[in-house]
Amino acid sequence: MKETLPAVKVENVSVLFNLNKEKIDNLKEYFIKLVTRKLHYTEFWALTDVSFEIMPGERLGVLGFNGAGKSTLLKVVAGVLKPTKGSVKVNGVIAPMLELGAGFDMNYTGRENIYLYGATMGYSRKFIDSKIDEIIEFSELQEFMNVPVKNYSSGMRARLGFSIATAVCPEVLILDEVLSVGDAKFKKKSEAKIKSMFDKGVTVIFVSHNTDQVRRLCTKAILIEKGKITASGTAKDVCDIYDEKVNKKK
Amino acid sequence: MVKNLYKYRYLLFEIVKKNIKLQYRNSVLGVFWTFLQPLLTTLVLVLVFSNIFGRSSEEVLNYPVYLLCGRLLYEFYTQSTKRAMRSIRLSASVIKKVYIPKYIYPISNVISTMITFLISMLVLVCFILYFQFFTDNPVNVSGYMFLSPVPLLILFVLCIGVGLILSVLEVFFKDIEYLYDVFCMLIFYLTPIFYNVSQLNIESKLVLTALKLNPLYSIVSMFRSCVLFGRMWEWSDFLYASVFAVVTVIIGAVAFYKKQDKFILHI
Repeated sequence: MKETLPAVKVENVSVLFNLNKEKIDNLKEYFIKLVTRKLHYTEFWALTDVSFEIMPGERLGVLGFNGAGKSTLLKVVAGVLKPTKGSVKVNGVIAPMLELGAGFDMNYTGRENIYLYGATMGYSRKFIDSKIDEIIEFSELQEFMNVPVKNYSSGMRARLGFSIATAVCPEVLILDEVLSVGDAKFKKKSEAKIKSMFDKGVTVIFVSHNTDQVRRLCTKAILIEKGKITASGTAKDVCDIYDEKVNKKK
Repeated sequence: MVKNLYKYRYLLFEIVKKNIKLQYRNSVLGVFWTFLQPLLTTLVLVLVFSNIFGRSSEEVLNYPVYLLCGRLLYEFYTQSTKRAMRSIRLSASVIKKVYIPKYIYPISNVISTMITFLISMLVLVCFILYFQFFTDNPVNVSGYMFLSPVPLLILFVLCIGVGLILSVLEVFFKDIEYLYDVFCMLIFYLTPIFYNVSQLNIESKLVLTALKLNPLYSIVSMFRSCVLFGRMWEWSDFLYASVFAVVTVIIGAVAFYKKQDKFILHI
């Protein structure tokens, strides 16, 4: 049965970074250090042996303190970063929503950027043509469509990015603290939009520090500490553990 | 890789379009600069060098056209490879967030430069027409002109290869940008753009070999044979340039393929 395939399967993923004490990016330094054997790296495992599965329609919350490896994990799932060990399998279209508006060109107008951003996400021109009215309407930026994006406010930029990214219903959606986009009015609208995508059965990976949001939106959760999964289970259980750890730290 | 490129062909198209559209946006004369820039720089070169190298002879035939041929090709080579070199770093914000085949960036930059280059070829057409009808110093217009896309295609392949290699190097060593500027200046003098090799009476075998090892030398010679002299190119030039271009592309593709997963750690 096709239905039983997990939407995202992460198996024994480890990621190693070489942290050099200073960044070497010119030849001279590199050769001097190579010859004098001072080319030391501090090995740093951002993730060690992380495994989990998400079934279609499940919503996974990822909790963890700063620097625990959450963003690295998302990058691995999005296919941007190759894991040093282990494998990641994603069934279906994956839509990363990490830092909205990263694919924009500042000198391009809003309308042109919709096409560019859409193409970056792998959509065809026809597809964007069919969605463009919807995107413009949702972003509420009708009057600004022919203005270069560099003249947008950061809120407007984020609104446009959000509208493009959610115009399609992907199979897997990565949300990296994006539910705080724009003003209160738009925030409500975007939460409603995301909820409606949930109802369509989209698989979600949701990163947040806000345990209330995770409790509300996710079905299960994992807690990452220093690159390792230290807790996993239902959203409620993991959030309780996380809250407890936060309180202890205080 | 080919299948992947087909899937992302629309992205390739969009980036090429963006590069061309943004290049002249906000400038008053806009797209006219594609003609004006080569026209004006060629005028400068003609003014400077016409007394020294400008005697039209059998090897040069028509100095302004001779010069323009070389300059246009050289400009395309340097512009496209320099842009391709910087493309990965300039797209860091996207590459870090979304999975896209990274080779799209160097390749799209070469393609967009190629398109503006082809537009600027109109200047060459105007030059040829002008000398044909208004002077007694015409160019050898002949059927060989239809063969001129061949050297351009070889040049395009060469630029893709060099662009791929440079873009990989640039990610790991930013110094290559400055080194390459110097290298391009060297190439400018090693390519017979404003001079003709036989006029120089070079006796040193070493210098002559150095000149001939430069693939741009062969490509420019081929192009001039078709456009200016109206005769077939030297087949040795053809062989050397095309083999050089293909080998460069293979090296570039292999280097890019092997190193691309490491890009994200360095940009």
